[in-house]
Amino acid sequence: MSVFRAALSRELLVLWRSPAEIINPLFFFVMVISLFPLAISPKPELLALVAPGVLWVAALLAVMLSLDGLFRRDQESGVLELLLTAPVMAVVPVSAKLLAHWLLTGLPLVLISPVLAHMLQLPDGVLGTVMLSLLLGTPALTIIGAIGAALTVGLNRGGILLAVLVLPLYIPVLIFGAGAVSAAVDGGAVNGILAILGALLALTVSLGPLAVAAGLKISSGN
Amino acid sequence: MSQPSTHSDAETAPRLVLEQLSCERDDRLLFSGLSLTASAGEIWQITGANGAGKTTLLRILVGLHGFYEGVCQWWQPQWQQELLYLGHQPGVREELNPLENLRYACALSEQGGDPMAALAAVGLQGFEDVPAAHLSAGQKRRIALARLWLEHKAVWVLDEPYTAIDQDGVAALDQQIQQAAQAGALVIYTSHHQVGDGVRRLHLAHGQADVLAGGLA
Repeated sequence: MSVFRAALSRELLVLWRSPAEIINPLFFFVMVISLFPLAISPKPELLALVAPGVLWVAALLAVMLSLDGLFRRDQESGVLELLLTAPVMAVVPVSAKLLAHWLLTGLPLVLISPVLAHMLQLPDGVLGTVMLSLLLGTPALTIIGAIGAALTVGLNRGGILLAVLVLPLYIPVLIFGAGAVSAAVDGGAVNGILAILGALLALTVSLGPLAVAAGLKISSGN
Repeated sequence: MSQPSTHSDAETAPRLVLEQLSCERDDRLLFSGLSLTASAGEIWQITGANGAGKTTLLRILVGLHGFYEGVCQWWQPQWQQELLYLGHQPGVREELNPLENLRYACALSEQGGDPMAALAAVGLQGFEDVPAAHLSAGQKRRIALARLWLEHKAVWVLDEPYTAIDQDGVAALDQQIQQAAQAGALVIYTSHHQVGDGVRRLHLAHGQADVLAGGLA
């Protein structure tokens, strides 16, 4: 547990000192969403129709954008070898890294989403659902994406390969995430859809870090 | 836990056994038929031309590289508890200062000791708070080497520890490695620099691995 704590504070510190890693996904999220009313039409009824999908696609791409460098600098600097030869199971520091990464890149997306949802003319009553769906969905996106990042860390240009590996796995999260918001806009029940998102999150949180650790071992040459 | 076992045991106990180890990379044979027994208290120097497979051999030893044939056997199942591995890259993140880098490395490898004293021992006193991005290559290497001045582990595997280190640093490192060996640690390192007398040498060349016994053998 002390290893987890030490690793968590270290990961937060590293991210905090490279602010571009935190700001880029957030900026991307805001940019994409603010371009839609300009490109389509500012009509409320039209925007409200596409808003759930736009919000979720933008969030998904923002998370994926942040993941390419997740392990790269640790690999280039040799920290990854240290991590893989350590007596602690690699899944412990890896989990700390994923948590830190989500706290500083995923959580800001969740926190800013009500403002953007409002900008897309979504009714105020669904802002809670928007936030809740992203709160459940973005950690799952981070963890799933990290599996791809771990597998492609050894490749010089893994960006596109990462997208090819990860996007199919993102689809269930996208469908249920955007589905929850759409259902809320239509005034339907959202609890069931959010429960499925929660189940996806539970699955990725419990098994994802193990897959990430195994992916890193494969990338190192095992 | 981290101290090597008692002196008398340590002198003779075999720590690492390699049998008929061979490794191929990109259709090129790096080495084959490599057999040796390395015991506690010994220093092994691995030499060879650039690209001869020195780093790959060390990565096989510490379990980072799984594509090899033959046997690579450590003396106990929890050997990683007793391993101090310094890789080809120093393992230093530029965003962090030397102290933060060292503390993280210690937390991962469960190595105790006083990080401040270790940094002072490698000549980084006064640089504890400077981000590693502002340090020279030699100073970054010294951050990694500071782990040799913490609680001793039973096995040291060092990949080019002398890279970018100045003359005084080389002398201090020689002394530290010899002291560790005298205290019962097994030290395996790659470098063209010889630590001192009694070093066993393993030379990799043209797919062959030759054990050239040192003065003690």
